[in-house]
Amino acid sequence: MRTKLIALTAAGLMAGAPAMADLVVPNLSYRTGAYGANGTQYADGFNDYFALLNERDGGIGGEIVQVPECETAYNTEKGIECYEETKDTGALVYNPLSTGITYQLIPKVSVDKKVLYTPGYGRTSAKNGKVFEWVFNAPANYWDGASVAIKYLLDENGGDLSGKKIALVFHNSAYGKEPIRTLQGLAEKHGFELSEVPVDAPGQEQKSQWLQIRRDKPDYVIMYGWGVMNQAAIQEAANIRFPMENFIGIWWSGSEVDVLPVGDKANGYKALTFNGVGMDYPIYEDIKTYLLDTDKASQGGEHVGSALYSRGMYAAVVISEAIRKAQELAGVSDISPEQLRDGFEQLEITPERLTEIGLPDFGPEIRMSCENHGGSGMARLQQWDAAAKQWNLISEFTEPDQEILAPLIEEDSAAYAKESGITPRDC
Amino acid sequence: MLYREAGDFKTSYREDGQTFPIRLDRWGYYAILVVAFGIIPFVINDYWASAVLVPFLIYAIAALGLNILTGYGGQVSLGTGGFMAVGAYAVYKLMTAFPDVSIVIHILLAGGITAFVGMLFGLPSLRIKGFYLAVATLAAQFFLVWLFNKVPWFYNYSASGQINAPERTVLGWAVTGPATSASAKYMICLCFAFVLAWVARNLTRGTLGRKWMAIRDMDIAAEIIGVNPLTAKLSAFAISSFFVGIAGALLFSVYLGAAEVGEAFGINKSFLVLFMIIIGGLGSIFGSFAGAAFMVLLPVMLKNLLVGTMGWPTDLAAHIELMIVGTLIVFFLIVEPHGLARLWALTKEKLRLWPFPH
Repeated sequence: MRTKLIALTAAGLMAGAPAMADLVVPNLSYRTGAYGANGTQYADGFNDYFALLNERDGGIGGEIVQVPECETAYNTEKGIECYEETKDTGALVYNPLSTGITYQLIPKVSVDKKVLYTPGYGRTSAKNGKVFEWVFNAPANYWDGASVAIKYLLDENGGDLSGKKIALVFHNSAYGKEPIRTLQGLAEKHGFELSEVPVDAPGQEQKSQWLQIRRDKPDYVIMYGWGVMNQAAIQEAANIRFPMENFIGIWWSGSEVDVLPVGDKANGYKALTFNGVGMDYPIYEDIKTYLLDTDKASQGGEHVGSALYSRGMYAAVVISEAIRKAQELAGVSDISPEQLRDGFEQLEITPERLTEIGLPDFGPEIRMSCENHGGSGMARLQQWDAAAKQWNLISEFTEPDQEILAPLIEEDSAAYAKESGITPRDC
Repeated sequence: MLYREAGDFKTSYREDGQTFPIRLDRWGYYAILVVAFGIIPFVINDYWASAVLVPFLIYAIAALGLNILTGYGGQVSLGTGGFMAVGAYAVYKLMTAFPDVSIVIHILLAGGITAFVGMLFGLPSLRIKGFYLAVATLAAQFFLVWLFNKVPWFYNYSASGQINAPERTVLGWAVTGPATSASAKYMICLCFAFVLAWVARNLTRGTLGRKWMAIRDMDIAAEIIGVNPLTAKLSAFAISSFFVGIAGALLFSVYLGAAEVGEAFGINKSFLVLFMIIIGGLGSIFGSFAGAAFMVLLPVMLKNLLVGTMGWPTDLAAHIELMIVGTLIVFFLIVEPHGLARLWALTKEKLRLWPFPH
């Protein structure tokens, strides 16, 4: 009995993922836990784009793309387990959608030689490709987001924010703390007053934070939230009658699940985004023909077209374009992670290419290089229309303020290089 | 038939008092040690180390620590996560401030610092008991997490508040940092777990352990027979926190490599370790290991079974896995409220009589 049990245990533990031959892009997703409502939509978009490529084009360059999924529940320990489980199956690139897991994987991927692609999250200074050889965070990072939000506010105020009060409501974790330095730098430059309001994870309870905001009466509130924290914050803002058009969320605080529970009161809430929203793109016809009609969409396609679905799809678009580029550079279709890294470093996604894919004006132009792993950092704003229940894009892609960001990135990546004994590459 | 005491004669008190008085137990113990030290390090791969064995050993150390306090000392603590955070941040500050000193010394020092902090938060135990003490230690949990989030000195003023373990070596082998081999990770955790389990076993059957158990069983009676509650309770807090601090230090430096206090050392961690000792068996060294194995290995095993072998969708598997683990916990507690250790003891009782139970 006991030997049987042990044998069963061992068999159970060993029955990990089988080895695969095609292009392998593991999807470290989370569909459970406090952030499951958001994670599941992103994972669907990510899966569906690769499924579409497989169904419609027979993969990329004739190679089928495998997207084995592994549930992390936004938990760093499960994230490691998923990474270790999938890394020997020929995995090319990881996109864990968690800043915490990203921080853990950054040192690991450079030893295991895997690409880590963290669009719009992760460690901001990974933009510096001289230090972070294996990490890419195009098209935009947290600091870009903060800067674009401030630029938007500058535009609204005729270029002058002096004397204004801006509050930052943030998830009290590595993710939420990221923009503080940038905003402090921008506050100094533009003369506004910044107050920091941390919200401890998961953030269902924010009464005291919003009481503080009601007392301080900031002119604008910027939010870096995720999961249930977003809904709670928008609800509380509605409760204290904070004007929604003065409330700007980062792209992770701008999905339907965040605003729908608040109903009409969420009307006018703004959020940043680096990808297009809505279903008004030709690619959705293909998704309908190849996935929805044949019932091959991830989770039955219930989230197709949502803001987070679009972002997951956008991540898949960038990865697949990098794979294409790598295949072109290497001259083989079955590429290695090293070749994919080169593909990322020479990646160029022009507006024409996006139109070809069926996503015209869906994202900013991306041009990466050996030293720039973060692209241009352009982002735009979307606003919630509660009556029509949809997001509308309200600004064009805007460049962030590189004058503030570049030295900060230099400083933070140099600190990382020193701490972990990395000699920056020559580019 | 094989497992029996008959013919196993003891001729000295020393032999009679040994940890494994039955020959087969002793052999089993040596066999496990030989496998653990002599075979596994040579065959282990990254997946087995990072997903299975390293977390198991680290949680076993934490469970040993909490078992000393709760199982032997009778003081309920919900501050384990916070104390693990103390160990993690202590080892981080030490390893970045004194890079030339061996990591083993840093881990031990981190344990020492945690012992001190644990003692500090143990002071209320002299006045309050039971649920009230649980609430006081819960305060420690929240306070410590808040502290490490709030004061930038603890995370060396990094932009995101994350702490990262730089590479450190033991005898030329990297044990922390990304380049660590699977066997090095496993070996350092195994050495700590082995030594600490040995220490815990011998502490708990000596004077100190008896004092703890006397306090646990009835503190007034213990005081009357001459047990000083001050030293007994505080030593339980100190030694327990020492173990928990080492577990936290290893969790951060060897296992995770990077950590964020709210996520890695939140209240969930306190409950996880508490569940381990309740399921494993309060007041048992074997129980600490069994409980850690149950809570760490079972989810991984179920996940591989449901997703890897049966091909279920990951979210469904994750939900079912929670339900199965929950059901098993309830089942075990109903069938055997004293935990896996008691179950194991009963099995051994039965085996001694087998095959002639009458």
